[in-house]
Amino acid sequence: MTSIIKTNSLTKIYGKKSSAFTALDNINLDIKQGESIAVVGKSGSGKSTLMHLLALLDSPSSGSVIINNVDSHKLSIKKMDLLRNQNFGFVFQQFFLSPHESVLDNVVLPLKIAGISRSERKKRGLEVLEAVDLADKSKDKAVNLSGGQKQRACIARALINNPTIIFADEPTGNLDSITGQMIENLLFQLNKDKNITLLIVTHDDDLANRCQRQIYIKDGSLIKEQ
Amino acid sequence: MKLTDLLLMANSSLFRNKARTFLTVVAIFIGATTLSLTNGIGSGLKAYINRQLGNLGNPHSLTITANAKTASSFNSSGLQPYNPNQTRIVSAGGGPNGSHSIVGLTKSDINKISKIPNVVSVQPNYILSPDYIALSSNLAKKYQFSLGQIFGTSSLDMAVGENASNSSATPEITIPTSYVSSLGFNNAIQAINKTVIIGMTNALGQSHSFQATIVGVQQKTLVGSAQAYGNLTLINELHSFESQGLPVAQEGVYASLTAVYKSNLSATGLSNLQATLTKDGYTGKTIQDRVSTVFTIINAVTYVLDFFAIITLVAASFGIINTLFMSVSERTREIGLMKALGMSKAKIFTLFSLEAVLIGFWGSMLGILFANIIGRVVNSITTNGFLKDFPGLSLLSFPGINSTIIVVVIIAVAFLAGALPARRAAQKDPIEALRYE
Ligand SMILES: Nc1ncnc2c1ncn2[C@@H]1O[C@H](COP(=O)(O)OP(=O)(O)OP(=O)(O)O)[C@@H](O)[C@H]1O
Ligand SMILES: [Mg+2]
Repeated sequence: MTSIIKTNSLTKIYGKKSSAFTALDNINLDIKQGESIAVVGKSGSGKSTLMHLLALLDSPSSGSVIINNVDSHKLSIKKMDLLRNQNFGFVFQQFFLSPHESVLDNVVLPLKIAGISRSERKKRGLEVLEAVDLADKSKDKAVNLSGGQKQRACIARALINNPTIIFADEPTGNLDSITGQMIENLLFQLNKDKNITLLIVTHDDDLANRCQRQIYIKDGSLIKEQ
Repeated sequence: MKLTDLLLMANSSLFRNKARTFLTVVAIFIGATTLSLTNGIGSGLKAYINRQLGNLGNPHSLTITANAKTASSFNSSGLQPYNPNQTRIVSAGGGPNGSHSIVGLTKSDINKISKIPNVVSVQPNYILSPDYIALSSNLAKKYQFSLGQIFGTSSLDMAVGENASNSSATPEITIPTSYVSSLGFNNAIQAINKTVIIGMTNALGQSHSFQATIVGVQQKTLVGSAQAYGNLTLINELHSFESQGLPVAQEGVYASLTAVYKSNLSATGLSNLQATLTKDGYTGKTIQDRVSTVFTIINAVTYVLDFFAIITLVAASFGIINTLFMSVSERTREIGLMKALGMSKAKIFTLFSLEAVLIGFWGSMLGILFANIIGRVVNSITTNGFLKDFPGLSLLSFPGINSTIIVVVIIAVAFLAGALPARRAAQKDPIEALRYE
């Protein structure tokens, strides 16, 4: 299996000198195409920080992230923007939906940024909304959705560019257990059907155990991998 | 992201905060209205004066005088040395400034100037003082009047009929509208093709009357005097009679000449012609030269007014800066999300700049529209009110080019005002924005 993302002594230090805080310390990872990986750890252990670095949203203090065998230090800003826009799918810890815009408009945002035509956007937007079972809500304003529906809209947005990997930060954190279960099923089905790599940040052991591999982080260090 | 999508997004962001957007647009709107009105007054006056220039004579003509300095006590740097070979005529004007002698021009000057390239014709400017004008059918009623010459082809603003023609062998005359009722006509149309009698007395005290046909009635005008104009045939008849018995020294000596140049002469061709005249010892002034001081004054006043209008715009642009900073900080999370999803810095900058540009666009468009409405109302009040005697004068005029410049200037000002907040948005770190509560 080909690696999609590798890290090499990845370290992130916030602040300077006396107030310096090591959020991530010397992390080495190898993520293969089609894998499902859980990043587990207590609050403040550095899970989101790791995800942001892997997704090229932030730059490491030292060490490197290697994407498709290319060191991210060698990528131009434009190339990184393009990777995030075309190859990555994001489900953030918060929903980040524009409340007063329609569900469809929210979901097609990555295509809009990519400069894809209105008609094509609508077609693909309705397809992904169908896939997350939200097609009937496409014209509703995002603010009127329930929590589970909002998270499904976020997953639809993450799917719309046919990503090779989805980064999901606590995708079930804000949901009740039944809705959470539904979201989990949706993600693992995508992993199985479309071979989309999953990187799920969670502190829920059940969700972590459904993934092929678990990475345990404590105080910024990788303590266990299984 | 495509430009249309950016525009729609910027527009919907403006609509989301209707009250705030409205107030910012109002500030720009006031500036645009003021700028448009101050400009409109200048343009209105200049357009009117330009239209009236035809009433000062042939637009393609130069008034030529000898280049020698006058010995006037006014504005002079002392007495000029006497030169017995120069032809002099003494002009009227023995006022407090004292009379001054002017170097006169003669037949040989006319010949010399006629040979300069691009000059079509040269005529002396006669000073004719006819005694009276009367209708041939009503000789009992005689009126004092003044008579002007036309040069080349004339383009006076006619109410009815046409300009007198210098190529016509019969004596022709045009009269101003104010003569119509005095001469006993009910309206201007009646006057056309009627014969008038012009009385003249020469230096020997002899009187004679001359006939001329009315070919046109001239529109009322602000510039130029209300006088009759005769064609070459009539003027020559009158002049040859009037100059009988003049002292020999004054015969065939003229204070000024009028040279008509080719109507297709370019601006550089004209200034070359004027330079040639200066070199040969003459001064050639166009009609535009003669009214250029008026234009300079109008321009200066317009600039001062514009300056005040621009101050209101500068104040309004601080409104834009403020509005956009608010918009940027409100939309921190949205900016972070868009950057995380791969939107470039340049596009984020464009998005917020477009918001500023749209505010500028709407403010300036509405301002110009409103100024045009004010202009209509003011013009219709004034043309029926205190400007009643000046047909064709609109106090406010809004040429398309000026309005376009105003829109472009205001959009540019809005863009500059928006640049700072837009830069702030573009520099935002997506992570910080995503962590922002
Ligand atoms: N910009 C920053 N400056 C300083 N410290 C930061 C910054 N961002 C994060 N941290 C710190 O880094 C640590 C890791 O944060 P991170 O968000 O990765 O935790 P997490 O594991 O995702 O926690 P949670 O489960 O609560 O989301 C925390 O202690 C946090 O306070
Ligand atoms: Mg987190």
